[in-house]
Amino acid sequence: MSSVSFPEYEVAFGRPDSYYEKYERKNELSHATHYCPGCGHGTAHKMLAEAIDGLAIKDRTVLISPVGCSVFAYYYFDVGNVQAAHGRAPAVATAMKRSHPGSIVISYQGDGDLAAIGMAEIIHAANRGESITVIFINNGIYSMTGGQVAPTTLIGMKSMTTPHGRSVENEGYPLHICELLATLEAPVYIERVGLGDNKQIAQATKAVRKAIDNQVKGLGFSIVEILSPCPTIWKMNAVDSQHWVRDVMEKTFPLGVFCDKTKEAQPHAPHPAAPALTELPKILGIEDEPELEHATKPRKIDIDLHVRVAGFGGQGVLLLGEILAQAGLDAGLHVSWLPSYGPEMRSGTSNCHVRVSSESIDSPLVTLPDVLVAMNEPSLRKFDDSVRPGGWVLYNGDEFPADCYRPDVKVLALPFTKVAHEIGDARAANMVMLGALLEIAEDLPQDAIDQALRQLVKTPKWVELDTRALLRGRELFREKCAVEV
Amino acid sequence: MTKRLMKGNEAVVRAAIMAGCRGFYGYPITPASEITESAAELMPAAGGVFLQAESEVAAINMLYGASSAGIRCMTSSSGPGISLMQEGISYMAGAELPCVIADITRGGPGLGNLGSEQSDYHQVVKGGGNGSYKTIVLAPHSAQEMADLTALAFELADKYRNPVFLLADGFIGQMMEPVEFPQIAVAPKVPDWAVAGTKESRGNLITSLHMDINELEQHLIKLQAKYAQAEREDVMSESYFADDAEIVLVGYGIMGRILKAVTVEAREMGLPVGLLRPITLFPFPKLEIARLTKKAKAFIVVEMSNGQMVEDVRLAVNGARPVEFVNRMGGNVPTHEQVMEVVNRLARELNVTRIQTTEEARLAHV
Amino acid sequence: MTTEQKNDRGKLVVNDSECKGCGLCVEACPVKCIGISDQLNHFGYKTAQYEGARCTGCGICFMVCPEPGALTVWRLVTHHEVVVA
Repeated sequence: MSSVSFPEYEVAFGRPDSYYEKYERKNELSHATHYCPGCGHGTAHKMLAEAIDGLAIKDRTVLISPVGCSVFAYYYFDVGNVQAAHGRAPAVATAMKRSHPGSIVISYQGDGDLAAIGMAEIIHAANRGESITVIFINNGIYSMTGGQVAPTTLIGMKSMTTPHGRSVENEGYPLHICELLATLEAPVYIERVGLGDNKQIAQATKAVRKAIDNQVKGLGFSIVEILSPCPTIWKMNAVDSQHWVRDVMEKTFPLGVFCDKTKEAQPHAPHPAAPALTELPKILGIEDEPELEHATKPRKIDIDLHVRVAGFGGQGVLLLGEILAQAGLDAGLHVSWLPSYGPEMRSGTSNCHVRVSSESIDSPLVTLPDVLVAMNEPSLRKFDDSVRPGGWVLYNGDEFPADCYRPDVKVLALPFTKVAHEIGDARAANMVMLGALLEIAEDLPQDAIDQALRQLVKTPKWVELDTRALLRGRELFREKCAVEV
Repeated sequence: MTKRLMKGNEAVVRAAIMAGCRGFYGYPITPASEITESAAELMPAAGGVFLQAESEVAAINMLYGASSAGIRCMTSSSGPGISLMQEGISYMAGAELPCVIADITRGGPGLGNLGSEQSDYHQVVKGGGNGSYKTIVLAPHSAQEMADLTALAFELADKYRNPVFLLADGFIGQMMEPVEFPQIAVAPKVPDWAVAGTKESRGNLITSLHMDINELEQHLIKLQAKYAQAEREDVMSESYFADDAEIVLVGYGIMGRILKAVTVEAREMGLPVGLLRPITLFPFPKLEIARLTKKAKAFIVVEMSNGQMVEDVRLAVNGARPVEFVNRMGGNVPTHEQVMEVVNRLARELNVTRIQTTEEARLAHV
Repeated sequence: MTTEQKNDRGKLVVNDSECKGCGLCVEACPVKCIGISDQLNHFGYKTAQYEGARCTGCGICFMVCPEPGALTVWRLVTHHEVVVA
């Protein structure tokens, strides 16, 4: 503030309070901005500062500085400051606003930042209706890097990378951000203003204030595009470049309001209160439960079971494995379950590795299964060779393919799907096979299996059917394989 | 505590929320999508923010915003997405912003495939972004460690004000194992350096920009001091029969599990084999490896990649002992047999001491 | 106008060290009471200069000026002042 004073006068317009008195973050010439004489950024900054002062929101305001000439906006504004990567300010602003909904988050960006590298971020922030304010400075050029073409460069305009002028053939047309964003449903307020003369500047001042006021009212996404002079790169004096905005630039980028839902927009509903910390284990489904009765010191089980289950997607391959692992866990054993994953889950084959052991499990990969549950022929052919000598193959099919026969492996081949169909639903074939498997893994207690079934199978109808299927599998195994075991 | 059967990926978000995480910004990718999906369900229920971003580039920059705001926050992805996040990770390391990133690694380069690889070691441990920075990297080898190391990751991220990675292969993310959780939740607290839209935090600035060359150098010296501190205070590894081993296996993640089985098998045969499993990949357990060179005659590094961690092992061994490398790529997994073959060959060539077999030891004990 | 010396409604104070002499205020001033100095300031700019009279205190120069504190506009405190919102 000036040290002079006039007795009968008062300051009507002076350095806004939301600027720092001195720019201490600036290493040299900290008495003035780094902007060139006549730069539009300075004028736009002043509108921003006046609005922050006028709305009395200095403490709540967070300014996101971009990459470009205004990268140092944080030198000047006495508000919370975050400097973002090139083009990413709307993403940074999104999370800042959502983290502290009471803050006033302003993303200040140039045309390279917003309209080129940051196009995805601005469109999606606008489309989500983020309750932020974006100030978009369009001077049709990359100024900080020395004057290369921008998406907003006028046709025919020369730049360091369009030395013969921007051509439609090579660079396409100037990008109209306001018109583009106005096609979205979510934004509340979109206006293009200019710094081309006094009248334009007065309108721009109002627009900037409105865009921030909308956020104060919690209304939603607001953006103001400001056509802004760059005397240095345009190689004009300040006054000529100001008039060039009005007389030339405006023809390509017409000024006006492209969207204004300020009157009908409803303030965003406040966030529901966060639950108490003590509630979290329950909410996350990880709360400690009282020890179940059957789980209290089960009889000592000595087991080290390696199982591979394989079949078509939809045959319940993964569920079979999961019930086995869950039952092992319920019986107080160490378990692991490892599925095949990815698109193969959805298109054809599926398999999983299951280990149930009284000792801690080293490798969860079952490369040498004790039991292979092959729910179809391709799975049998894929994994038959891997079965440990002395192990078992449970095969879902009328007849075991002769060429898969191994003298050192025991086999139970049955049309399990048909069996399941007979007892109620062909889809229970996996449980009939699990029943047979449980006869091999005879140490696994039945109550643990029952409990696992109830945990993992959701409807009572299926629990009942699966229970019968398991029983049928056990019976079949005993009938057919009593001798071998 | 009650153990629950769940995927490593499902354990991550639960552990994160218990550790005070209230922001998840992500983008789906196999084999990490369960993390994003659990976050979508659980984060809002816990009073936090979940948002599926428009890209990994946006997701990491949303973390930049949430972390600037002083919120414990995380994301998850896999190789191709991590590549896109490297810009933001470099900015966060530069601006000293804590966050947790889970990389559930798949096959690469490029789109690669959905199989499980360990080929993100270089881009994660060595830093894929620009500048003289490091990220702390934790490598779980079980569903339980997916939970435990997630919680630790948030502590370390805040301790060092630096991004921390949870680097797991697809197997560790997809595998279900019993997991137990602490029951006391960490209360979220906005640190005093954050920009939180308050009078108290108004003077704060988050930036990675230091125009003055000397100022930037001072900043970088400060960052290096943090990394040195991590190397002194937060190195973690698991030693499994390594102390008397003459052949030391080195592997992390799922390979750590397989090499445990190999160790047991070799010891059954009377071979003095042990395993060193790095749990922190940065800071790397180089002193521990250097210590093992006194007894060890050789090291075997096993990876599901073209040989990335093996470079760090070789630096730690520093030429004192031969370092063999065993690998598979593309989603294949090195087998017991493949590793045992090298173990047996080295045992012959280096004439290792024959120790009691497991059976002999049992009999001697009886 | 009377011949009696009356106070102007406004006064403009230019901060010589902040002003970069771009001339936007000169162009913007409705009553053309701002000029550019012949002298270079400490930083090598020919700064804006209030001509010492006729300022109405409208503030347009202030809003146009890119520098935060280069211009300060004072307004006469009167009992008849009409505040325009």
